[in-house]
Amino acid sequence: MKWSVIFEPQNLALYGNGILTTLGLLFSSLGIGAVLALIFALLLTGPWAPLRWLVGAYTYVMRGTPLLIQVYLIYYGLGQLEWIQARWDDIWPWTYFKEPFFCALLAFSLNTAGYTAEMLAGAIRETNAGEIEAAQAFGMSRFQVMRRVVLPSAMRRTLPAYSNEVVMMLQSTSLASAVPSMLDVTAAASRIYSDYYLPFEAYIAAAAIYLVASFCLIAVFRLAERHFLAYLAPRQH
Amino acid sequence: MNGYYITILHGAVLTVGVSLLALLVSIILGLLGAAAKLSGNKLLVALATAYTTIIRGIPDLVLMLLVFYGGTIGLNHLLALTGSTGNVDINPFFAGVLTIGFIYGAYMTESFRGAILSIPKGQMEAAWAFGMGRVQTFVRITAPQMVRYALPSFTNNWLVLIKATALVSLIGLKEMTYVAKQASAATRSPFAFFLFTAALFLVYTTVSLVALRRLNARFSLGAKRATL
Repeated sequence: MKWSVIFEPQNLALYGNGILTTLGLLFSSLGIGAVLALIFALLLTGPWAPLRWLVGAYTYVMRGTPLLIQVYLIYYGLGQLEWIQARWDDIWPWTYFKEPFFCALLAFSLNTAGYTAEMLAGAIRETNAGEIEAAQAFGMSRFQVMRRVVLPSAMRRTLPAYSNEVVMMLQSTSLASAVPSMLDVTAAASRIYSDYYLPFEAYIAAAAIYLVASFCLIAVFRLAERHFLAYLAPRQH
Repeated sequence: MNGYYITILHGAVLTVGVSLLALLVSIILGLLGAAAKLSGNKLLVALATAYTTIIRGIPDLVLMLLVFYGGTIGLNHLLALTGSTGNVDINPFFAGVLTIGFIYGAYMTESFRGAILSIPKGQMEAAWAFGMGRVQTFVRITAPQMVRYALPSFTNNWLVLIKATALVSLIGLKEMTYVAKQASAATRSPFAFFLFTAALFLVYTTVSLVALRRLNARFSLGAKRATL
């Protein structure tokens, strides 16, 4: 084992760049995914049947196919369509489809949106009927009931499941290394492996980085749960 | 053009093979892990906890690359130590099966442990009172009910495992994702090939879901469901 190679400045910098790319991908896809998931969850629990089916089909496909294939479809597949080819040289926003970072980001966001939407929709459906009836008895409109009563409680109840999704997403970002010229933590490890032929050191270092990042995320979510779900915790006194 | 679709279908057979063998490995490891976690032996509990925590914190892809590339070098070092001059290459099929089985064994450990814990303790005590041994109690009392409690999370793990097999393409196993990628590079029409592969995965997950739902209904016969 030659661990000293990992700690050479230029290799540490490679891992550092990888961490920045991984975290950038993670947080931007989670942000975009969360907004989409909220919209999808509202449509899934909404009154319009065709939209319910459409979004249901979307989440089914997203959750039933591997993320790697979704990344390939967007990165390699869309570039084949003439309609996109005609536009991606100069017409905004199609120019983005030439950038690997954007393609990975798009695939990750759409994927996490599918999973999160189903979780949030489940929590919305399981809202206590009494709470909704009480809100209606106060004369609140459908929109007001959603905004004031259902969503604040449903989002809190989604937190434990969402923390799993966030850790899964962190690990999924390693698939970005399958897209050429993306340098995330896994791709950094692969480069060090091929430069020095040291697979154990390179990938164990990457594994340690992911492990630390997972633990940090779990710790943050524990704090968030203690704060936002305090009213559901067992009584202490 | 059509030839590629046939090759992708051949790749699908490999995908099914990898996933089923990996499932077998993960069930065995899951049962061992759950037994270790529930054994009360401090060392076993610590080992099983380390296994489930570390494995679930590392991406599948990184573990797979570690096993495949690291394993090849490690084995060759071992061979060199024993004085042999030959070089071995790890077969991507077995590297994939073992890695995926090893990873999902950690998830199975948690679902089996939870399932065993949901069986009322009085039932096992009743079995012991009848003079059954540990093995008899497990085979007659615990296992049949464990299946029922474990099935929902088992179903989830299985669906995630199926999708994880796409990663084996990255270490060079010629399963359907790999073939689709090669076909795209050769014909420059990736969209149709990847869509076809995605559809095959969707068929596989859908069939699994339907089959496991039926199994669940079979194992839940006689279970009372509370209605509000």
